[in-house]
Amino acid sequence: MGFSRRSGRLLRWGSLLLLLLGFLPGLGGCKGGDQAGSHSLCIAGSTSVQPFAEKLSEVYMQQHPGMRIDVQGGGSSAGIFAAQQGAANLGASSRELVAAEKKLHEIAIAWDGIAVVVHPSNPLNNLSLEQLRQLFQGKITDWRDLGLAPHTIDLITREEGSGTREAFEHMVMGKTEFTPSALVQDSNGAVREIVAGDPYSLGYISAGLVDERVKAVAIDRVLPTRENIKKQSYKLVRRFLLVSRVPPAGECKAFVDFILSPPGQQLLEAEGLVGVK
Amino acid sequence: MDKGKFVERVLFLLALSSISSLVIITIFIFEEGLPLIMHTGLKDFIFSTHWAPTKGFFGIGAMIVSSLLVTLGAMVLGVPLGLACAIVLAEFCSERVRRLLKPTLELLAGIPSVVYGFLGVIWLVPLIRDHLGGPGLSLLAASVILGIMILPTVISISIDALTAVPDVYRDGSIALGATEWQTVRRVVLPAASSGIITAVILGMGRAIGETMAVIMVAGNAIKLPSSVLEPVRTLTSNIALELGYAAGRHREALFATGIVLFVIIMVLNLSATLIARRR
Amino acid sequence: MAWRLHPRITQVVAKTILWAFTGLTLLILVFIIVNISVKGLPQVTLSFLSQDPTDMGRHGGIFSTIIATVYLTLLAIALASPLGVGTAIYLTEYTREGWATRIIRFGAECLAGVPSIILGLFGFVLFVMKLGFGWSIISGGLTLAIMVLPIIIRTAEEAIKAVPQEYRQVCYSLGMSQWQTITRIVLPSALPGITTGIMLSVGRSLGETAVLLFTAGAALRTPTSLFDSGRTMAVHFYILAREGISMPNAYGTAAILMFSILLINLVAYGLMQRMMRRFS
Repeated sequence: MGFSRRSGRLLRWGSLLLLLLGFLPGLGGCKGGDQAGSHSLCIAGSTSVQPFAEKLSEVYMQQHPGMRIDVQGGGSSAGIFAAQQGAANLGASSRELVAAEKKLHEIAIAWDGIAVVVHPSNPLNNLSLEQLRQLFQGKITDWRDLGLAPHTIDLITREEGSGTREAFEHMVMGKTEFTPSALVQDSNGAVREIVAGDPYSLGYISAGLVDERVKAVAIDRVLPTRENIKKQSYKLVRRFLLVSRVPPAGECKAFVDFILSPPGQQLLEAEGLVGVK
Repeated sequence: MDKGKFVERVLFLLALSSISSLVIITIFIFEEGLPLIMHTGLKDFIFSTHWAPTKGFFGIGAMIVSSLLVTLGAMVLGVPLGLACAIVLAEFCSERVRRLLKPTLELLAGIPSVVYGFLGVIWLVPLIRDHLGGPGLSLLAASVILGIMILPTVISISIDALTAVPDVYRDGSIALGATEWQTVRRVVLPAASSGIITAVILGMGRAIGETMAVIMVAGNAIKLPSSVLEPVRTLTSNIALELGYAAGRHREALFATGIVLFVIIMVLNLSATLIARRR
Repeated sequence: MAWRLHPRITQVVAKTILWAFTGLTLLILVFIIVNISVKGLPQVTLSFLSQDPTDMGRHGGIFSTIIATVYLTLLAIALASPLGVGTAIYLTEYTREGWATRIIRFGAECLAGVPSIILGLFGFVLFVMKLGFGWSIISGGLTLAIMVLPIIIRTAEEAIKAVPQEYRQVCYSLGMSQWQTITRIVLPSALPGITTGIMLSVGRSLGETAVLLFTAGAALRTPTSLFDSGRTMAVHFYILAREGISMPNAYGTAAILMFSILLINLVAYGLMQRMMRRFS
């Protein structure tokens, strides 16, 4: 009695295993980075760019059935690395390339402001760049020092390696270090969630992701609005980049062209970014 | 070659490859992480609390201490609760109640760690922030969540240890006029002590190794906490937070963090095995 | 000592405290299940299960994440169960207790204690980077297989050991070879126990996040090959909840995830009980 059942099970598992192994030499999703003629693209990198890249690819794939685009997070540095290695067709970066990475081909797709956000109930409306620096250096630790009711500030920063953090560091901190007392979260969304829930918190996120649950603060009396970012009168502005090892060609170029075309740029604008065109 | 021998060889190979995965894991983690420890020096790596990997400072001292504190906190909550459940189930309840309670409590083990973390963020963190102060994301929040998460480990191993104590011990004690509680405290618990210690150690291993729930509720600040209401970063969350972004030395430093975690876990496992074998 | 209470009173106090602690533990469990059910189950509709997520998961369902979860789990189980059951057979039927079995068993115990983040690191460096599989179903599946291997070894070993020695003796006396005895008598009798281990492994794989974030990636598309990245339900839930993309969808995903795991674990528990009762 047991024999047939057992061998049946063996057979089932065996055939399943074979079936799965059969896939092995098959398609290579994110792997065939430079393969010409493949109808799939892989974009890896910045978690700040990721939501916008996903939106773009979603629309692009609707327009081009049969085309598939995989969007991976991982962070700016990982994305740049993946592009260098050819592991991804396009790397997404929310920071500028450093000298060693300058060999890569870079395409700016949008401007993004970094908004400093607080809880909507917080009366704070403006910070000077200097105050912002002192906050993240750990020199200002109480809301009292900013003229509000006394309470410790729950400061939130991003993790080391994040493009948003590097851009913020470059534009605000200069050579000084972040205070180790700050809470650390690993995505814009996570920072926003905490600020939305904690009336005493202060953090920074991509301006495209500011919604009604958090309040953006003016920096040197300039709010991170679309116009101010476009005019660059808002101080904390960075570029979103796509990078590739070789200049984009074929499917890859078609997708990049789509992003830079009016419909693509409008899509980014609708999601809260500021177009480059 | 006759078939029996052949089958034995194949099975031996299977067994060997099962175990070799542990060896390969060890090799890879060490291969990736050791260069950094060599570069920084073991002492600086472990004792320095200055962590700024993109600027060349690799000190995980604060994270080691935080991991230990979070684990200690989890023990303070999880061990009494878990042990109480185990004693009630093994000693103080009827067969019918046990048949219902045991599988029910084991359901706790099936709840994914991200769900624990999520509920921690939704319920526990605001509670701590509003009533006790601080940002809510804290050593305390992480300890409470981990304390709950280790319950299944502590309960199931302790129950096994308690039920392994022969009934003659209990009968003898009761016959001498001791109450049930006196019997449990003076006879059964001491007899089951090594099993219970194993349960506690394995619970520690579970707590120190947990990642996702801790990332969500601990706040992840890189400094030594001065109170339970302050945010902390554990070894596991340090790896998970930064791995995606890290390159070069930074990535090596995260693997080196993994080595330290790995060594701590192995020491715990080894002592659990030794204590379990002592009986 | 004067303050010493009567043993009966101490007993009442002790029992009350112990029962209160047990009650508290149960309360926590009930709270978790009720909380997720109340907020999550209303989200679960047929279209939630059958539609792909759109807009990063803000809208749409979770179909692609269900598929990715199934692929990853199946791959992990398909790889780990022959290896695990083979190891268990070797440990129980082919060797006498000695240094070899002790090392293997100790290794399995250590492997069981390795935290998932370490496995994630390992899978990331070996499968994703060194072997060049990228963030993919195969990288994730291989790493998950290592994660569940100790569970399968341990339960299979216990199940095989629980098969009474007389069964084997009868087989040998009938002239059957050892391998015949194992495949025709021992394994079929131990099957419920082995299945328990496999089901527990499925449950463990379903709930895993740390390993998969770094090996299988988080692409939202339905994976169509072993080298595609895939986002499991647990990872999807983590991202939805953590980044505040959509709380209703996060709760819905959590409810499905939690109830599938609880169901699987309950069935596994029941199987184990039945098997143990049969042989005791």
